[in-house]
Amino acid sequence: MNGADAIIKCLEAEQVTTVFGYPGVAICPFYNSILESDIRTILIRTEQNAAHAASGMARMTGRPGVCAVTSGPGATNVITGIATAFADSIPLIVITGQVNSELLGSDVFQEADITGAVESFVKYSYLVRDAKDIPRIFKEAFHIANTGRKGPVLIDVPIDVQNANIDKFVYPSEINMRTYKPTVKGNMVQIKKVEKELEKAKKPLLCVGGGVLLSEAEGEIREFSKRFGVPVVSTMMGIGVMPTKDPLYFGMVGNNGKPYANKAIQDCDLLIMVGARVADRAVNQPEIITRNKVLVHIDVDPAEIGKNAGPTIPLVGDAKHIFEDLLAQEVTCDCKDWTKELGEWRVSMAPKRNPNPDYVDPAAFITMLSEKMQDNGVYVADVGQNQIWSCAYHIVKNGRFMTSGGMGTMGYSIPAAMGAKLAAPDRQVIAVCGDGSFQMSMMELATMRQHNVPVKIIVIKNNYLGMVRQYQHFTYKDHYSVVDLSGSPDLEKLVSAYDMKYLRLDNMKNAEKVLDAFLAKDESILLEVRIDPMDLV
Amino acid sequence: MKKKIYSVLVENRSGVLSKVAGLFSRRNFNIESLAVGETDAKDVSCMTIVSSGDQHTIEQIEKQLNKKIDVIKVKTFDESQVIARELMLIKVKYNKTNRRDVMEICDIMKAQIVDMSKHFMMIQLCDVPERTSLMISMLQSISIVEVARTGTLALGKCQEND
Repeated sequence: MNGADAIIKCLEAEQVTTVFGYPGVAICPFYNSILESDIRTILIRTEQNAAHAASGMARMTGRPGVCAVTSGPGATNVITGIATAFADSIPLIVITGQVNSELLGSDVFQEADITGAVESFVKYSYLVRDAKDIPRIFKEAFHIANTGRKGPVLIDVPIDVQNANIDKFVYPSEINMRTYKPTVKGNMVQIKKVEKELEKAKKPLLCVGGGVLLSEAEGEIREFSKRFGVPVVSTMMGIGVMPTKDPLYFGMVGNNGKPYANKAIQDCDLLIMVGARVADRAVNQPEIITRNKVLVHIDVDPAEIGKNAGPTIPLVGDAKHIFEDLLAQEVTCDCKDWTKELGEWRVSMAPKRNPNPDYVDPAAFITMLSEKMQDNGVYVADVGQNQIWSCAYHIVKNGRFMTSGGMGTMGYSIPAAMGAKLAAPDRQVIAVCGDGSFQMSMMELATMRQHNVPVKIIVIKNNYLGMVRQYQHFTYKDHYSVVDLSGSPDLEKLVSAYDMKYLRLDNMKNAEKVLDAFLAKDESILLEVRIDPMDLV
Repeated sequence: MKKKIYSVLVENRSGVLSKVAGLFSRRNFNIESLAVGETDAKDVSCMTIVSSGDQHTIEQIEKQLNKKIDVIKVKTFDESQVIARELMLIKVKYNKTNRRDVMEICDIMKAQIVDMSKHFMMIQLCDVPERTSLMISMLQSISIVEVARTGTLALGKCQEND
């Protein structure tokens, strides 16, 4: 057995089913060994998307997604994918091939100091010096990636280490790390304080972030909200914690959020933030969430608490455990007047749109799409205007909503949707992108065809980099610079080159019929949706 | 702005120093001095970092350091809570007329002359950081050739519950 065989054994021990990647000489021993395993390999068309696809899979399964790329350019190409996962705390194991150990530091062909380069985007990284360390390192890496605040871990393996012989393989059953012991259970003293505040509060509000989904605490949050009648808002990453139509859910907060959700944040007297970072797009003025109210901040990462806003009650721990503990208490919380008020704002402050009837109205279209989607369907939004419309108008029932929230990485949706579809082949998975973001990942149509991954793609086409165009419209008074997407391919011709079906929607007249055809079968299909190029979010 | 001394025990592995130093620059925390060395345990190093900032920054530094997986323990001190020392080597060029002055300064500052040649002298001083700085300013009139300082080393003052 050699080092590469040992790596495969580690992946099998961690129940990895799929590896996304792109080979090169420095990772060839790994790709040679994987042929002897049942682990499925997916040849992605550019390394960045290997990390995005692994991210989509991780978000569906709750286990780290795995990708494996070669040294040098393979490794540097994957960095954006790693940074995207890091910003959203998605667990990944990124395996990179590396040049021969003896040549490290001599700038030989395809050498890049990848552990150095990714230092600020990974939760941890390893450079494997001795093949004997492989079982311990992989055991630790999977543990680090998927506990505490989750995140990507990179393992750089020189080719000679992959080829080195190992006498015997024993996968450790325990982890022995003196420096890494994340807090899971919340401190009971703090939990009691939260209950006291809940009993006092007249206008309590729960603001949920992506941490709730990562901790798989949706059930506890929904139960908490229902039992105590506490209204809920979410950040972009927290969309889907509550079903959109839940009477106690009041939408997304932030710059691009619902006005009534932002008003709720301002006017509440008790704000419980759970698994949310209080970053600028969600809360652009941190003093708003501390002024005239009690702020409870619950997060598994102690460094997030107090980073952007000082809470009254900090509470470190895993959301699922903390809400289990909160639900075990007897609390009386009466806030019917407050939820009634919020209900009125939801009506009076609903954003109004003036759609151009010559085009598809993205708001109406996304609402209709959501209604027609399967109950547990997966909606992957890309980045740009399409993302903001998706956040505002997609209706989550019992499915998932995914997007690149923290990093805002264009091109995320198609590879992430592929990862999600491979993780859940029975579920409907739809990637919704703009014509800019589509062109950042359109090479993956080949991957979908080669590996038979029936993802549905919607391209919301306006011939512009819409989000930037909108910014230039407001900030530079229509002085548009480098946002015109003329030269984009004819999408019908393009997808036919990949034997993929194509549909187009020019206005709302045929929307029902076209959407029914688009959703009818479990197949790869692209729907081009023409919207008014001047439309604003 | 408050000055804080962080005594950070870390895994003695390659790359840890750059991870910790990188954390300070990436998060826009300043470093006034940084000293690293092995402890009594071969696999543990101690980094002594002097930094300053407002209350929020000071807390963030401690939290972000604790988040690093190679960090074993972080202790944060005020200047009054530690015994701090700095070692300095300083090379000066002397001549007949100022030779006595140099020796007198060394005498007052309790510094040692550890090496000398016909025109150069190397002086060693181990003292609190303010006094090593004072030594430099005293010798500035003599013509300093080179200076090397360790940066502050510090340990929390002895307490019976240590």
